[in-house]
Amino acid sequence: MIPRHFEYHAPRTMPDVLALLGQFGDDAKLLAGGHSLLPMMKLRFAGPGHLIDLNKVSGLKGIDRVGSEVRIGAMTSEHELIRSTLLAEAVPLLVETARQIADPQVRYRGTIGGDIAHGDPGNDHPAVMQALDATFVLTSSGGDRLVPAREFYRGLYDTALEPGDVMTQIRIPVPPPGTGSCYAKLKRKTGDFATAAAAVLVRLEHGKVAAAAIALTNVGPTALLAGDAASSLIGRVPDDTAIREAARLAMAICEPAADLRGDEEYKTAMAGQMVERALRTALARCA
Amino acid sequence: MTKKTHVSFTLNGAAADVLVDPRELLIHTLRERLATTGPHIGCDTSHCGACTVDLDGTSVKSCTHLTVQCEGAEILTIEGFAKGGVLHALQEGFTQEHGLQCGFCTPGMITRAYRLLQENPSPTEEEIRFGMSGNLCRCTGYQNIVKAIQYAAAKLRGETVATSHPLMADIGA
Repeated sequence: MIPRHFEYHAPRTMPDVLALLGQFGDDAKLLAGGHSLLPMMKLRFAGPGHLIDLNKVSGLKGIDRVGSEVRIGAMTSEHELIRSTLLAEAVPLLVETARQIADPQVRYRGTIGGDIAHGDPGNDHPAVMQALDATFVLTSSGGDRLVPAREFYRGLYDTALEPGDVMTQIRIPVPPPGTGSCYAKLKRKTGDFATAAAAVLVRLEHGKVAAAAIALTNVGPTALLAGDAASSLIGRVPDDTAIREAARLAMAICEPAADLRGDEEYKTAMAGQMVERALRTALARCA
Repeated sequence: MTKKTHVSFTLNGAAADVLVDPRELLIHTLRERLATTGPHIGCDTSHCGACTVDLDGTSVKSCTHLTVQCEGAEILTIEGFAKGGVLHALQEGFTQEHGLQCGFCTPGMITRAYRLLQENPSPTEEEIRFGMSGNLCRCTGYQNIVKAIQYAAAKLRGETVATSHPLMADIGA
């Protein structure tokens, strides 16, 4: 399979990227890791006239701690997330998630920014970013603007990215000490998208849930923040009854599309199972 | 039509220069322009790993990488493994441990395993299976591939190695 013809651009700086975007507008696509875009171009589902490769642009990679935040350059690869000792300590949820994305080869190329910005509900970072209450830095010729992950996703492949925007950085508030987290993902095989997956963060005080966040992957047109499910846990002892109630509330917001991974009922049930599994694991990890 | 682009990179230690359409995939450049047919086209959808090459210290599926992205890159394929007629430890391991049957996936397997062992010279069986999960084999059931990589890892660490295969013991390395 061979993509349609296009012109290739490999800018070195952000101003050059923005100038190219301004020049070619809708006819241009940004190339990050390329493991969503290139397959779509090979299948002729996408046929941009211009491809702007971000791989040689300086300043878009790296993982740093700045105060109570971890800041990750959008072009940082999944492989780099997995090998980061900083993340293993500060945001282990992100390492656990990256390990479940695609396969080793794809993780050398695939980037956190690409996964977040693509807008496919099957991507794993969008739910995790919502659970973590992350903020995205979008850069355009007008400067930077910050968009919370929980306000970024509007629909299938529809995000807060405007023409001329480039996702450049992800900012994650470091969860307070004692927080337990888990990303539980059901997939048919290595490299598949989730049948359903759940990201959970939870913190206990005196045996009761003091804080909780739950978000779901691939059971709606976007990743879904399960706000009611998380709220139902607050102030409660997280016993089986409380966990099942949270899973039931999470299932109530699912609206999955039936495909080869299963019908709507099955996927919704699996989303509930993933919430239960992630909650139990996250609770066991609360320090 | 778009203008062709001149791309220069290092392939198995030698300079390579090609003139390609921007849309040309690395696997096609390797196989059709540079007669480097070790990397195979299996699924052509970045699942099977048969087209795996080592590119600037990473394992890459060359069916999902553009040749124009390779300007200045260092690329290693299975053709670059044996030195002076002596098999690389991984090639020896795959032979000694019967890590292949039809052989179609083997160049990708060995090229991927090479990078895995560069990053982790003493992987556990679980780490090998996790690290090799982007390469599919439809013949072996993977057990002998794991053994082949363990064999190579031991040899690369300077340890004495012996095949676990009863019928291979007499043949020697």
